[in-house]
Amino acid sequence: MTIMKQFDIDPEPVLCSGHAACPGCIEALSVRHVVATLGTNTVAVVPPSCMAIIAGPQPFSSLRIPVYQPSLESSAAAASGLRRGLDALGKHDTQVAVFAGDGGTYDIGFQCLSSAAERNEDFIYFCLDNEGYMNTGAQKSSSTPRFARTSSTPAGKVTRKKNLTEIMAAHGVPYVATACAGYLPDLVRKVEKAKTIRGTRIITLLIPCLDGWGVADDGGLRASRFAVESGVFPLYEVEDGHRYTLSQAGKTRPVSDYLALQRRYRGLKAEDVEALQADVDAGWDRLSRRVAAS
Amino acid sequence: MSDARQQRMLLTGNHAVAWAARLARPKVVPGYPITPQTPILEKLTEFHASGELDAELITPESEHSVMAACIPASLTGVRVFTATASQGLLLMHELLHYASGARAPIVMANVNRTPASPWGFWPDQTDSVAQRDTGWIQFYSESAQESLDTVIQAFRVAEAVLVPTMVNHDAFYVSHAVEPVEVPHQDVVDGFLPAYSPPHRIDPQNPESWGNVVTQEMYNRHRRDLGEALARVPEVALQADREWGALTGRSWGIVERYRCEGAATVIVTMGSMCGTVRDAVDALRQSGHAAGLLKIRLFRPLPVEALRAALVGVPDVVVLDRNYSPGHGGVLHQELRAALYGIDKAPRIHGLLAGVGGMNVSAERIADLVRETVVGAPRAESVWVK
Repeated sequence: MTIMKQFDIDPEPVLCSGHAACPGCIEALSVRHVVATLGTNTVAVVPPSCMAIIAGPQPFSSLRIPVYQPSLESSAAAASGLRRGLDALGKHDTQVAVFAGDGGTYDIGFQCLSSAAERNEDFIYFCLDNEGYMNTGAQKSSSTPRFARTSSTPAGKVTRKKNLTEIMAAHGVPYVATACAGYLPDLVRKVEKAKTIRGTRIITLLIPCLDGWGVADDGGLRASRFAVESGVFPLYEVEDGHRYTLSQAGKTRPVSDYLALQRRYRGLKAEDVEALQADVDAGWDRLSRRVAAS
Repeated sequence: MSDARQQRMLLTGNHAVAWAARLARPKVVPGYPITPQTPILEKLTEFHASGELDAELITPESEHSVMAACIPASLTGVRVFTATASQGLLLMHELLHYASGARAPIVMANVNRTPASPWGFWPDQTDSVAQRDTGWIQFYSESAQESLDTVIQAFRVAEAVLVPTMVNHDAFYVSHAVEPVEVPHQDVVDGFLPAYSPPHRIDPQNPESWGNVVTQEMYNRHRRDLGEALARVPEVALQADREWGALTGRSWGIVERYRCEGAATVIVTMGSMCGTVRDAVDALRQSGHAAGLLKIRLFRPLPVEALRAALVGVPDVVVLDRNYSPGHGGVLHQELRAALYGIDKAPRIHGLLAGVGGMNVSAERIADLVRETVVGAPRAESVWVK
């Protein structure tokens, strides 16, 4: 897979400079490429989240597309209504794209996302997964991985991260994928592919949060790559709920390399690292079997 | 009076609402089943299946998602209708505020039913009066015909002021009772409801954002704008009602006075109990007690000027509340006292909690209650009666 490639974004990007993200934010970088790929015939649905801050307070907007900010728990339902309104007006070519955090997706927004996926509503849902409620000061969500310290799990989280990709794939929607800014050509390819499909498309982007994870200011992309290389966050696609495709050859790095980049895993005992490695190995085996069976 | 412009049908209140919604030509209709609203949803899906309703139907997993879908659908610039009841309305509560803040002129029918717990399915208006601070216009209807006419008028009013509008009728008494209903022809409704074309819409050709964080000053201005829009509603609603009357021969007012001429006692209520009160008024008048009915059809915004004009100089007002706000009594009782406080020749206002939980209150009982109540001084609190 190509990592290094010059990316030319239109001289008038869709996500503009002057936005309110933290310096070095991987979310802003990721979304910049996503919206540049989607183009301006797009309406964004952005619930309360880091992305709502990045989009900007009234009367400013960092996005050159219409933004509708629903309540935290209702993104997929709001996207459904928006889609149907546009359809009623004959605007079938306008993309409706949700940009929601993991709290707004795995937790409070999950019920309506499941329902919209069951109805196969025609929108692209981007889960900007930074594995916690970072916008409110890094509390635990059901996307927070085991043993990670957050401001609501100061001794480390006891339970595992929910597997959103598998849950959404099990809805049988046309397209589910994972992607991250560490592998931009892969991310852009998946967005381009999703654009050509009708129905519910869900792409989870792993967003290392410099502040919430305790990563160095210039370390976001490294964390993103290490997550993929260690198999913690495998890059893959699931079409129609059963056709699995891996976007990477294999896993090439121990989980400990990835953990060492992040203060949220500080003071982890050797047996905990082993337990996380065992989780990742088991997950990788499961995924490999599904890929092989496809 | 069936004529060329309308057709008489036997309809339940709920089916009358579904007919009204169909005639208004909504483009997006999200819905979720709940007793006793479900027949509205079922009828609309039948209309859709037979090609008589050209709309996008959405069937999400909850009423909360129904309202979440209604708001941005409306903001794309199309007409949106939905219906709910009780728990469903309460589940929507957060987004009722959101909808009025977004100035999305959704029209929603609500079938008034007791909120749990304990569970019940009975006529009680606590569900919707508890939404009085959400910024929605609220009408209350006492019959299937009135519900049909009010839903059609509601689109006209909502879209004129860009405020969402709720049309309430009581569980079973109105929702499931079958009555002859004059259903206007499509061209009558098309002439009454101009095509919806809002000044702002979600449109990639002209990008605007909705819901972004605002400053204190902007929020304050936004609330005042909403208040100013609601202040226009009594006049806009009366104008719509007059025009509807010219087209169909039926108009309802924002409040209705029944036999209030020279009344010593005026009974104030809303919803299905108004029909019963008419009989009680007739009986009271028959027995020499000069009684009248003031029916509140528009509850939000509360038509304070109309209430004052109707009740100034009346010696006694008896408010019948089929709702209960624990800790303060009947909501209409509170509202009437606030609306009439400080005027010259203000009436004595008595509040009765009558029919809470769907208890049947007969015309004879109402007449007796009025006779018993007005001999005493008004009490500060609402009084439980059976």
